[in-house]
Amino acid sequence: MRFDTRPVQDAVPAVRAVGVGRTFGKRSKAVDAITAVDLEIAAGEFVSLIGPSGCGKSTLMRLIADLDAPTSGTLQVFGKTARAARLDQEYGIAFQQAGLLPWRTVLQNIALPLELHGMPYAERAERTEQLADLVGLTDFRDHRPDQLSGGMQQRVAIARAIAEKPRLLLMDEPFGALDEMTRERMQGELARIVARTGAAAVFVTHSIPEAVFLSDRVVVMSPRPGRIVAEIEVPFGKDRAELLRESPEFFAKVTEVREALHGAPVERANER
Amino acid sequence: MRRALPWIWGAVGVVAVVAIWELYKWLGPVDGVVLGGIEGQAGSGFRILPRTGDLNMPHVWDMFTRLGEGNGPGTPALWVSVLSGLVLTLGMSALGLVIGLVVGVALALAMQRWRVVEWGILPWVVVSQTVPLIAFAPIIARMGTQIDKAGFPWPGWLSVALIASYLAFFPIAVGMLRGLASPDPIHLDLLRSYGAGYGKTLVKLRLPASIPYLLPALRLGATSAVVGAVVAEVSIGMPGGLGRMIIQLAQSASADPALPYGPIFGAVLVGLIAAGSVALLGAILRNYRRGEAVA
Repeated sequence: MRFDTRPVQDAVPAVRAVGVGRTFGKRSKAVDAITAVDLEIAAGEFVSLIGPSGCGKSTLMRLIADLDAPTSGTLQVFGKTARAARLDQEYGIAFQQAGLLPWRTVLQNIALPLELHGMPYAERAERTEQLADLVGLTDFRDHRPDQLSGGMQQRVAIARAIAEKPRLLLMDEPFGALDEMTRERMQGELARIVARTGAAAVFVTHSIPEAVFLSDRVVVMSPRPGRIVAEIEVPFGKDRAELLRESPEFFAKVTEVREALHGAPVERANER
Repeated sequence: MRRALPWIWGAVGVVAVVAIWELYKWLGPVDGVVLGGIEGQAGSGFRILPRTGDLNMPHVWDMFTRLGEGNGPGTPALWVSVLSGLVLTLGMSALGLVIGLVVGVALALAMQRWRVVEWGILPWVVVSQTVPLIAFAPIIARMGTQIDKAGFPWPGWLSVALIASYLAFFPIAVGMLRGLASPDPIHLDLLRSYGAGYGKTLVKLRLPASIPYLLPALRLGATSAVVGAVVAEVSIGMPGGLGRMIIQLAQSASADPALPYGPIFGAVLVGLIAAGSVALLGAILRNYRRGEAVA
């Protein structure tokens, strides 16, 4: 018998979905948000879900987060049910809106999950300071959300998502509301943070370059019914510099994802 | 300057009311204006403007000088009895507001927690406000007397506070219910993702989020409690407070027209103190009101 020195959890995929479907409504009015999704995400792997509106990418993320339950199939997160994974704080989550509590300061917002799970004050304060530093908001630690720009708010949300050192990050278009320049800077920061924490990530996005820049794998989805139509590996390694955006390999990948994505809308046009 | 502006406009408003009063008194017809009156028949027609004689409209300054005078030699000045009435009425209003706050918040919590309770109770809460206070007050007073007779001391001020709370709880219950239901779905998802149950979600999210809704409701409730206390004093005949004093002094108005304005000013002051206290509370809780439209 071979002696394996790696931690056991590394062998367990972060997410394993088999035949997962989610139907909204009943009988004649039933709408399949997603059908028969098979997806496996390894520990530490960064996966983007991309597709047109209504392809069920956000629904899939919400199922993984156990904010919603699948109507068919099985879904496991780190080998547990999605519910158990949620209760064990296996994932951190960020949404399109930062979703900060307006009455709390930057530090208090970052501390929210730690506070809810009873981390002692001294330890919490130290961890919160570290996180504020990590996202470059030390100077704004006592500001409240209405005093921050959209990019800063989103950085607070990301700090909050990684506060408990989760092994999985779930992000639903976190940079969707930001301008292009802020967006690219945030992508760079996210890549750096994720590389440092070694967490797996499920990243929902509309932007092809964003998906390619950040991901180890881009999962392309198609609407009506929502399903996976292509999976594209992006083998650029973990350490990605800004220069990558201007390299021919990057453009080649962007083209590949675009073609996979446009396979779907043609079908959609035929349906009409 | 910016900060002083609301105060300046507030003062302008008060001065304007005094000016309109005095201007009309000066220029208006002595007998007022009556529409459709029949010659020689007293009390016929509609009086659309009041008489302007000193008996009907005393000068504003007379109202204030009257406050400094007693009811004859050796008696204390009017303002002394107004002040003691004010303290009593204010105390009963405040107690009424506190009872209304407790009941209102408890109802809102129950209604937010269980839809069935909302469906079952909310119509009754609304209907309760259509029962006139005048009809309702004697019932409370009689119940108080019954309880008192049964051996539990039940002072009159408790009845008044209870009646005041009857007006105060309504805006608080409705405002608080809206406030508790106000958090964004995204915030609820977030708390759920942290595995937070009902209690933690309530403390960390719903209660803080309800404060911008609670404060205006509280302001309404506070002024309603004052009105409720004044009316309740009159309708259950409790002596010592401003409400009773207004009625009593109004009876001597024909001989001493400036007299009843003393307790009326007292009642206005109680209302201002009530609204001011809520504004102060709002200033203390200002961090919970971020993003709220400046009203």
